[in-house]
Amino acid sequence: MNMLMKSARSPGDPRVISTGPGTLASPDQLARGLGWFSIGLGMLELFGAHRVARTLGLEGSEWMIRACGAREIGSGVACLSVNPAPGVAARIAGDALDIATLAVAAQQDDPRRGNAQLALLAVLGITVLDVICHQGLTARHARQPGPGRDYRDRSGFPKGLAHARNAQV
Amino acid sequence: MKALVWHGKQDIRCDQVSDPGIEDPRDAIIKVTSCAICGSDLHLFHNFIPAMKNGDIMGHEMMGEVVEVGSEAKGKLKKGDRIVVPFTIICGQCDQCRRGNFSVCERSNRNKEMADKVYGHSTAGLFGYTHLTGGYPGGQAEYLRVPFADATHIKVPDNLTDEQVLFLGDIFPTGWQAAAHCDIEPTDTVAVWGCGPVGQMAIRSAILLGARQVVAIDCIPERLSMAQAGGAITINFETESVIERLNDLTSGKGPEKCIDAVGLESHVSMGQPDTLLDRAKQAVMMESDRPHVVREMIYVCRPGGIISIPGVYSGLVDKIPLGIAMNKGLSFRMGQTHVNRWTDDLLRRIEEGQIDPSFVITHTARLEDGPEMYKMFRDKQDSCIKVVLKP
Repeated sequence: MNMLMKSARSPGDPRVISTGPGTLASPDQLARGLGWFSIGLGMLELFGAHRVARTLGLEGSEWMIRACGAREIGSGVACLSVNPAPGVAARIAGDALDIATLAVAAQQDDPRRGNAQLALLAVLGITVLDVICHQGLTARHARQPGPGRDYRDRSGFPKGLAHARNAQV
Repeated sequence: MKALVWHGKQDIRCDQVSDPGIEDPRDAIIKVTSCAICGSDLHLFHNFIPAMKNGDIMGHEMMGEVVEVGSEAKGKLKKGDRIVVPFTIICGQCDQCRRGNFSVCERSNRNKEMADKVYGHSTAGLFGYTHLTGGYPGGQAEYLRVPFADATHIKVPDNLTDEQVLFLGDIFPTGWQAAAHCDIEPTDTVAVWGCGPVGQMAIRSAILLGARQVVAIDCIPERLSMAQAGGAITINFETESVIERLNDLTSGKGPEKCIDAVGLESHVSMGQPDTLLDRAKQAVMMESDRPHVVREMIYVCRPGGIISIPGVYSGLVDKIPLGIAMNKGLSFRMGQTHVNRWTDDLLRRIEEGQIDPSFVITHTARLEDGPEMYKMFRDKQDSCIKVVLKP
């Protein structure tokens, strides 16, 4: 890394004066944000399961919180990959599981159920973002269905294929 | 001037940058008239090639008109000359250049110290590529400084269009070298994995070099149709077994010659579990490249055959069955293209009408539209196979 930092450009190399339109659109940037969020939340759930369980009134379910953490990290890594759509889809599936779990906790006869209700609201909000992101990614990056164009008229051999097969000079 | 600039993973922008100037007496400046987006640009776009830096100008397939010449290049170039610029920068004087091994020129990599440490020994400088190969600004721009310009150029005649000669700088000689590395004999079956631009050139090169049959393997219908036009028998690996079809086409013996025109980002599919594992490892940086095609070639190639790899690999791969390769006596030939070793012959073939490489161009756009064209090419939208940009 140090070597790379020292590999200075030549003083004459063109330098950026002003930056223009680029390849990253809003859904791509949102997917990255969600990916990092997923990894952060996953680390919290994985290494702070006891604290999370106490806050939400889910004592005894630490193993499940850790499993959710591992799932979050996995989908976060996928969101940061060159094809983030499957990662965001995995997040949506994970959101559904989280909503089901928190809905149960939010109805418990426990003074901490307010925390669970807040968490449920947050997850619902994030789910909306996940769905918007997935729709945006699909609209921007998916290949159109169908066979595509037919290029069978593009041989590249102006004198024909038979001539090309005999052109070994 | 305008240029397509790398700002990070999947982040290429059309920026305003300062103009290049002559820095060395052997330099020349060209006004770029045409440039193209290459499959290996996508590896940089995805940040799979290490040592890119924010602000690097992309592009290594370009041509144009000479507008300024350094004092020591004046014997070979003059203002107004029309040249294609090979993607490998060559001094033309070192031991390797004298042997025709231009892609491993000993003098053109300005980050030689770093490359020596990473690669063991430095390779040539390349335009618009990683800083391991010099970090030279690329040609997806309005102007380009060409270092060692007295050697690093291919003069082209005015009667040929840009589209006919542009690919002399990379994909045509790359496909040609891949086929030449196969030492093709008239009885040979040549199997080509990947029907992108380099694969298409490799298919036609194998035909011109006299292969008995050429088999093209991909899963994108429009690419397969273009391969068929070039004389290949096609295999869609999503609908049929590559190994069974290749054995059927070769009386159960396998192809004598195999060409990997895919490289480090091989297709990931549920039907090929090793590709899923590779993808997962690549995501968590346990492996830099996805070598499914190399594994399949080693398995299916006829004993005593040749495996030729023009596809770009960047670093470390896992689970290569070297024992199978060793016991089958396979030969491996690979490398960045020694462009100028082949260009005199290839230019002659274009002039004689044996081949017209412009067949591969499916999209032409302005330089300003470059970022959108990167996305279209990467996502294989609108049947995109090759994009040419006009600065």
